[in-house]
Amino acid sequence: MSGGDTIFREYRISDAERSDRSAGDRLRHRQKVRESIRENIADIIAEESIIGKDKDRVIKVPLRGIKEYRFVFGDNAPGASQGDGDSRPGQVVGKTGKDRPGKGDEQAGDRPGVDYYETDVTLEELIEIMFEDLELPNLERRALREIQSDYSSRRKGYRKVGIRIRLDKRRTAKQRVMRMLASDKRNDAVARALEESKADRELDTGVEGALDEIALEEGALDEEALAASPGAAFQRVHRRFPFHQDDLRYKHVEIDTKEESNAAVICIMDTSGSMDTMKKYLARSFFFLLYQFISTRYRNVEIVFIAHHTEASEVTEEEFFHKGESGGTFISSGYAKALEIIAARYHPSLWNLYAFHCSDGDNFDSDNPAALKDAEELAGICNLLGYGEIKPLGSRYYESSMLNVFRQIQAPNFHTVLIERKEDIWPSFKAFLAKDRVKEA
Amino acid sequence: MSAAQNAGGSPRIAAWNLNDLVEWDRRIRDKAAEFGLDCYPQEFELCDHTGMLGYMAYSGMPSHYPHWSYGKAYEKLKTLYDHGVSGLPYEMVINSNPAIAYLMRDNSILLQVLTIAHVYGHNDFFKNNFTFKSTRAELTIEAFKAAAIRVRRYVEDPSIGVEQVERILDAAHALSWQCRRNLAIKKLTPLEQMARAEDSAQGQPDPFQKIHARKQIEAPDFHKVPLEPDEDLLLFIRDHNPFLADWEKDLLTIVDEEAKYFISMMETKIMNEGWASYWHKKILESLELEQGLHLEFIVNHNQVVRPIPGQINPYHLGLKIWEDIYRRFTNPTAEEIKRDGPPVKSGTEKIFEVREVERDASFIRRYLTEDLMREMDIFEYEARGEELVVSKVADEEGWREVKATLIKNVGTNSIPVLKVEDADFGQNRTLYVKHYHDGRDLHIEYAEKSLTYLQRLWGREVVLETVLDGKRSLLCSNDRGFSVRALK
Repeated sequence: MSGGDTIFREYRISDAERSDRSAGDRLRHRQKVRESIRENIADIIAEESIIGKDKDRVIKVPLRGIKEYRFVFGDNAPGASQGDGDSRPGQVVGKTGKDRPGKGDEQAGDRPGVDYYETDVTLEELIEIMFEDLELPNLERRALREIQSDYSSRRKGYRKVGIRIRLDKRRTAKQRVMRMLASDKRNDAVARALEESKADRELDTGVEGALDEIALEEGALDEEALAASPGAAFQRVHRRFPFHQDDLRYKHVEIDTKEESNAAVICIMDTSGSMDTMKKYLARSFFFLLYQFISTRYRNVEIVFIAHHTEASEVTEEEFFHKGESGGTFISSGYAKALEIIAARYHPSLWNLYAFHCSDGDNFDSDNPAALKDAEELAGICNLLGYGEIKPLGSRYYESSMLNVFRQIQAPNFHTVLIERKEDIWPSFKAFLAKDRVKEA
Repeated sequence: MSAAQNAGGSPRIAAWNLNDLVEWDRRIRDKAAEFGLDCYPQEFELCDHTGMLGYMAYSGMPSHYPHWSYGKAYEKLKTLYDHGVSGLPYEMVINSNPAIAYLMRDNSILLQVLTIAHVYGHNDFFKNNFTFKSTRAELTIEAFKAAAIRVRRYVEDPSIGVEQVERILDAAHALSWQCRRNLAIKKLTPLEQMARAEDSAQGQPDPFQKIHARKQIEAPDFHKVPLEPDEDLLLFIRDHNPFLADWEKDLLTIVDEEAKYFISMMETKIMNEGWASYWHKKILESLELEQGLHLEFIVNHNQVVRPIPGQINPYHLGLKIWEDIYRRFTNPTAEEIKRDGPPVKSGTEKIFEVREVERDASFIRRYLTEDLMREMDIFEYEARGEELVVSKVADEEGWREVKATLIKNVGTNSIPVLKVEDADFGQNRTLYVKHYHDGRDLHIEYAEKSLTYLQRLWGREVVLETVLDGKRSLLCSNDRGFSVRALK
């Protein structure tokens, strides 16, 4: 045996506590996870049916940016491993991808798939991550259409006029003292008070002492028993210096109107025969984003689903996204239905209205004037009206489009977007909200 | 680094103190010396489970440069540990001089004794096996520490910053195993390569020169870079990309050095674990443990070296082969004497010789016998559709192929061989890399991403020649993205 004695290093709690060496790297890793989630938001929202779901719901999010890639062998590489004693050719021992036997030394990272590539986040976290880089103006700043739901009063400053019951005696007295000090007439009274007190007090306390006595006198102001108060002695010695109208200070109370901020998201979707699964899938992603975003901005969000083909009807979420209908398209029917629902339930003076319509733009020509008229009317009462034309790549060359028709609408809060593939959703959504910003400015 | 895994055993109350460990260590060291183990001085550090997780995430190094991947590793280990999927290692040893090992303070005295004995097995192996000759054990700790300090300095440098450092490190990590595998083989300098090219261009001396025309000598092209295909991808980029800043070159060097340090571990995993298990068993059996401890030893020993169906447990395979070698050279069967001849040296001599001159691939090739393979039921499997199916078993026809497959999956053989063929492909400074295909295709998604990293470091287009589904193909990564082209 070469070398000296073996060294044993004792465990020390202080070392152990100090040595959270991976803290920095863990933080960095989590940042990367968040970045990765943000980059893949378009995919995540498109895959999940999460509208109206519980905020605590856990979602599996694929992490693409966080895998550590190396050159490794693919699936056609045979492996060797140990059996339980009677392995026969043809016996199935596992599945590809997962639990591949004989994955060897993990250090080499010699097989793909041993890396975990999903993480769990709650819906709330996801939304937070989604909107954190949106850099949107504070929509809350906008004058909300509010209901005065609560009459609570709140003190706010002082005024010279007010009702008797809100008279602030302390402040009133202070005002009087200030006036007294400022007045030449009373200078000698203060000087006398100073003289009296200078034997055993300091200058400042002397002044304060004088003020205290005056304050005491003030305590008796409202009462008739002026003579019985402790200030009466002072009063007797000194000349009278009565309160003046200007001294009076009243507590000011403001009525606090609680702003019940309501918003209604009106989702209108074309469910005509031409809207296939792919188009609905894109629409759904957009509606989801819109709903989540509005939810973060308003306390009370209601969501209305309107499905239309040639006729419109209000439907449940389930029906909205999954029910296929057939037939032609009258876009105006959807808008008319929205107007009808707004008139019945969401008066524009009480509700912030966000309406969004997804269609493939394949409208009957004859309906265009009516659609245009209704859209203008809807834009007039909504905070924001959006029209998303969903044209999976290529199809826009042979299908008609409403984008040209809607170009005539002048309303500043009307916005159209073209969605061709799922990568477009996020930029479109940002652009859509940017419109809102323009209006605000 | 080497680690024996505690497969989720319940935590025990540790009823021992440091003096007990010192006393046991003295006894174990005496035994180890008696058996002929030749070790570096040893240091043990007691740690708790967070400390152990930390060491595991950073490959056992007391000091290591920061990178998010270690944070990820830590989180993963911690999650697995917290959910009871995997236990913690009893021990972790790093190849350094003095060798450093970590002991879990919550382990029972028997586990500590077992671990200490196991650690001396690794220690001896580190000191004597040829693959570790190139790692300079006395500098290990300092080298890692110096690298850590340098990387931290780059991260803190306002003109560089963490994003830039990660940009290089992410890419370098993806390519770090693309380096020379057998470090005992000397890498020729460009001048030596030139001399060799010249020599081989001369041709053989021709005794019949007089009677036929002289063979035309073709002058070798000395302008070609590299002269011979180069396996050290990171180092090649470091030396041939003129646009890399010094700190970037330094990062590539650091990653390459670390990879080369761990290549030796990877190359000897089965031998090393088998060797350590062989000696902890021998040592503990010779310590005359009291009955309770002895039973605990047997339970734990079997836990570590048990066969795991569907996997290759390196502890099990390694130990089996070592024991088999010893037996064949000490007490061979008549059949074996007939086949191999009588043993020329003692079993002890033989195993000490083997531990010095072999690595996993050669160890298995030379010492894993047909009988042993059959006994252990080693089979070959392949993917058929979604399923993994046993394709060959260790029977008379199949065992050689099963063994070949096993060898292909040990050590660095599980990493595709890539070599730089040309740094100026098409007179365009395109980097031409060739995958030396051995029947196994690259995983295309991983190849794409890794190639992108290669392009990032090289700074220009990179192409990779490989074989996909039997067709020669060229994977290209350039500013326009990734593409695959068929080659004739």
